[in-house]
Amino acid sequence: MSQRVLDLLIQRFPQAVLETHAQHGDETAVVEAASWAKVAEFLKASPDISMEMLTDLTAVDYLEREPRFEIVAHFYSLSKGHRLRLKTRVGNAQGEGVEVATLVPLWAAANWMERECYDLFGVRFVGHPDLRRILMYPEFEGHPLRKDYIATRTQPLIEYRDAPNIDKVAPFGFDEGMSFGRQTHQFLTDEE
Amino acid sequence: MGELKTTETRIVQPSEQGFATTRFQDLLHWAQKYSLFMYPFVTACCGMEFMAVTSPRYDVSRFGAEAPRFSPRQADLLWVVGTISQRQAPILRRIWEQMAEPKWVMAFGTCASSGGFYDNYATVPGIDKIIPCDVYIPGCPPRPEAVLDGLLLLQDKIARGDREPAIVKPRTDPATSKDHGLVQLRKPGRGLLT
Ligand code: SF4
Repeated sequence: MSQRVLDLLIQRFPQAVLETHAQHGDETAVVEAASWAKVAEFLKASPDISMEMLTDLTAVDYLEREPRFEIVAHFYSLSKGHRLRLKTRVGNAQGEGVEVATLVPLWAAANWMERECYDLFGVRFVGHPDLRRILMYPEFEGHPLRKDYIATRTQPLIEYRDAPNIDKVAPFGFDEGMSFGRQTHQFLTDEE
Repeated sequence: MGELKTTETRIVQPSEQGFATTRFQDLLHWAQKYSLFMYPFVTACCGMEFMAVTSPRYDVSRFGAEAPRFSPRQADLLWVVGTISQRQAPILRRIWEQMAEPKWVMAFGTCASSGGFYDNYATVPGIDKIIPCDVYIPGCPPRPEAVLDGLLLLQDKIARGDREPAIVKPRTDPATSKDHGLVQLRKPGRGLLT
């Protein structure tokens, strides 16, 4: 559908576009991290492309790859009716150097999406006006959607109650459970 | 619900007006169980079912629990309806602390009871981890009938004067156990809240 957009992009940035592909009518371009903002600006400003809308911005953690993180942005042109998916790859295996330029000056919508991306994946958006956590609390350590975040690790804000059986989970035995209510049979009596 | 033994009906004559006897605590519990002022702490999809329960079709007001109070200081029944995230846990605890005694807590739905399928970094695995809870209502979301059943269980519990939080405990019925007198509010040496 928007193969023309890809052609224009390759024509304008022959070096920066690393690869492209199209699947089921959805075109994707992978670009160098250094030219992320420049390519995005071109997508918005070029009269033949004019991507007015940033629909989504997120990241993917490919733990075994290097660069490890893939930043994914989806664009939509309201006037032309075409879409494009733009990707870039950043970060080493240790999860360091995960940095890319912000898109907030171009699309205001990028503000909260980049904050979410930072919160959950630890991607630093250079130049973002207010890069704070948006979903997790400030006391939270680490970035929970990274593949190396321990799945069972929780970070409660307040201490859990210290009561017997507090961690017990079903199934329960016949002789335990709610002791009150309209019981129809009696398992234990005082005599036992 | 005893068996009806006699079929005779007798008209009570005005001349034999009598009196009924009861114990003060029984009377108090009876009054308490039909005048629950609820504070709905609604956070997620279970709220839809909560609305159904309070709407005329299922009509929770039949059980004397219809008046919501949106200040915890005026409420004595805390409905925790929906998923509680770690971020919300301090808020929930604070709301509960602001309620005056005697107070009761209902865990509405699987999420409030145990965290449900949210077994992850963000969700509290059951509100009993942070506040004592009296009745757990299972279901995702629970049907209104299940909620009403839970409310009746709570009323039963209030009537028995059982103030123990319902974490998994041996199934001894306070009504049949010598340890839990019907009229006893709390056992000596046992705190109200633990
Ligand atoms: S128990 Fe189910 S319906 Fe209720 S809040 Fe959790 S996910 Fe939603």
